[in-house]
Amino acid sequence: MSRINSPAELEAFRKGILSKRDPNKPCITLCSGSACHATGSGEVALSLEAELEKQGLSEQVEIRKTGCHGYCERGPITIIRPEDISYFQVQPEDVPEIISETVKGKKVIDRLLYTDPETKENIVQESEIPFYKHQERLVFGSNGSIDPKSIDDYLAIGGYSALQKALYDMTPEGVVAEVKKSNLRGRGGGGFPTGRKWEGSRNDPDPIKYVIVNADEGDPGAYMDRSLLEGNPHSVLEGLTLGAYAIGSHEGYIYVRQEYPLAVENVLLAIKTAEEYGFLGKNILGSGFDFKVIVHQGAGAFVCGESTALMTALEGRVGEPRPKYIRSNIKGLWEKPSVLNNVETWANVPLIINKGADWFTQYGTEGSKGTKIFSLVGKIVNTGLVEVPMGMPLRDIIFKIGGGIPGGKAFKAVQTGGPSGGCIPEELLDLQVGFDELAQAGSMMGSGGMIVMDEDTCMVDVARYFIAFLTDESCGKCAPCREGLRQMLKILTRITEGKGKEEDITTLKDLAETAKEAALCALGKTAPNPFLSTLRFFEDEYEAHIKDKRCPALSCKALIAYHIDPAKCKACMICARKCPADAIDGGKNKIHMIDQDKCTKCGTCYEVCPPRFGAVQKISGEPLPDPIPEEERIIRKKKKK
Amino acid sequence: MDNDRIDQIIDKHQAEPSSLIQVMLEIQSENNWLPKATLDRVSERLDVPLARILHIATFYKAFSLVPKGRHSVHICVGTACHVRGASRILDTVEGQIGIKPGETDLDLRFSLEVVNCLGCCALGPVLEIDGKTHGKMTPGETSDVLKNYE
Repeated sequence: MSRINSPAELEAFRKGILSKRDPNKPCITLCSGSACHATGSGEVALSLEAELEKQGLSEQVEIRKTGCHGYCERGPITIIRPEDISYFQVQPEDVPEIISETVKGKKVIDRLLYTDPETKENIVQESEIPFYKHQERLVFGSNGSIDPKSIDDYLAIGGYSALQKALYDMTPEGVVAEVKKSNLRGRGGGGFPTGRKWEGSRNDPDPIKYVIVNADEGDPGAYMDRSLLEGNPHSVLEGLTLGAYAIGSHEGYIYVRQEYPLAVENVLLAIKTAEEYGFLGKNILGSGFDFKVIVHQGAGAFVCGESTALMTALEGRVGEPRPKYIRSNIKGLWEKPSVLNNVETWANVPLIINKGADWFTQYGTEGSKGTKIFSLVGKIVNTGLVEVPMGMPLRDIIFKIGGGIPGGKAFKAVQTGGPSGGCIPEELLDLQVGFDELAQAGSMMGSGGMIVMDEDTCMVDVARYFIAFLTDESCGKCAPCREGLRQMLKILTRITEGKGKEEDITTLKDLAETAKEAALCALGKTAPNPFLSTLRFFEDEYEAHIKDKRCPALSCKALIAYHIDPAKCKACMICARKCPADAIDGGKNKIHMIDQDKCTKCGTCYEVCPPRFGAVQKISGEPLPDPIPEEERIIRKKKKK
Repeated sequence: MDNDRIDQIIDKHQAEPSSLIQVMLEIQSENNWLPKATLDRVSERLDVPLARILHIATFYKAFSLVPKGRHSVHICVGTACHVRGASRILDTVEGQIGIKPGETDLDLRFSLEVVNCLGCCALGPVLEIDGKTHGKMTPGETSDVLKNYE
């Protein structure tokens, strides 16, 4: 491949790709993101290849392994084009039928379609499924149609046209102005206006500047950046190159977690091919602009997602944050002006340059423009990645797109913003998602984790969980975070173990205030949020733990006991057989009993007891009923009560 | 790991002190842990004090200063898995192999780690052994799965 040296050459090359592609040629796209891979999409791909070979169709049918489609709940996802027939939870044994029936015979296999849970109707097209119908997939949409390993696929959907437009039709200042006008705010959590950050670096006289992609996505339960980088790496590279051109940088870094091997692989390949094509390297597209990108793998430290810590890590040192008297867009990596943005922010940039700020600002609310990708997980029917316009009410995201809570349970709260975010209760569900709206509710946007919790989730335990996470991830540089969080964790653990004291809440509040005021970086400053927001909306749960030694959600192990109701037990032996601790005494026709000394409270008996019996119960805050006399434990058949 | 191989890795990164973490990551992934002699060599070649190398080795989660077991067990304790009962899976594994996260058993059979999101939240709670994902785990299934690894 020779480098492309002018806009005309790029357009000619793009036309060449498109002319070789027959829109009517059958193409099977298979989601090969990490989540689908875990559900077996690798095996499906192998059997697709083998079956096409066997039926002599390898030449006539294309297989395209795409990035994540978002609907991870129903993976692996297969779409048969050009008819766009979508099949879910496809297994290797379904493959021969798909090829002979659908690809060859043009017939739809009903069994593999999505069935609407309400109307019970089968839906053929992916875009008509409720999960997708209410989304606005501007950034994430291409993931499902392109092979991330193919730069030609990206070019076929108009890739690198924004770069061409900027390099030839816009000045660097013009690019900054457009991004500024779009009101794009940082998708990584802070929500700082991207254009203003760029302008600061642009105006700095230092000739050496850096641009950085923050792909150190560490929030537990959030994986949108990973899916973008895995599924559409060129969009991030194009955005980064646009940023470099705008601020006048010639070297960029991608800091990506080594725990994301597929993302690393795809982005390295993308850089290599972009260099071959002339979208990176010297004299990009013949414009005279030079820019190179280096990938740096993170070695596993949550705090490195913080901008100054990340830059320290890039310098080959321990990733500890520094005070931000001077912002890093003025003095960052190696003391040079450095613009650091999150993966999703960078991926928004080509869209803004291509379609203009006015197009972008039609989506969203007053303060938050565009769309946001959320990772909708936890106790939710449709787990997956969803992209919605800013301003959509939380209720719509959780119930219309997410399909509500599984198992008929009641919604309790949704946790947004990662470990430093907060929990939003039922009464605030009509809140519109946006940076300022979420902050007012005591939570934050964060990078887009949205963890749904139901009645079985204990809010004190959730606070304890996040503080434990942050204590572990605190780098230890400043005392309010290092020591304060450790004390908070001790107290919260004590409360969930039923050893809480009256004054605990006051002490926790003190520690929280101190960390908020005095910690060095955003990790420490926001670390008390999970405690403060759960206290704000669920104070009664804290009181139940402290005063009544009771866990209302029946979740805290130390405060609950399992008990078999003798009136309901049918002595079926299921729980006794499944109990990993051999703690259940009983036999055929002998009502079962739990030996509380042996019980590890793993909950297996509670889960396996057939719902029609429902004999296993969880008890909290009250004494266990006395065991029934031994002679009454024998169930005699045919004996009527 | 012999010095020639260490040198190869270092040379790949032009013996740049700023590539220290990348060099260490490569050694870790090839050798599974970082022996003292190896770190001495890195210190000498990159001209970085050993104290700084040890600071890095203990700060980042990817590094281990002790040998690892034959099978690496990762239990996801990300928020989505947590609310779906990851702690019960962890309890089961700890009970069965008798080690805590970060430890390796005496027979070098298993190394246990907890991780904060494997990105397959739809499958939570998730257990990963040697890179193979086991989704929607229950304590009972967990003990069965572990028995398959020698």
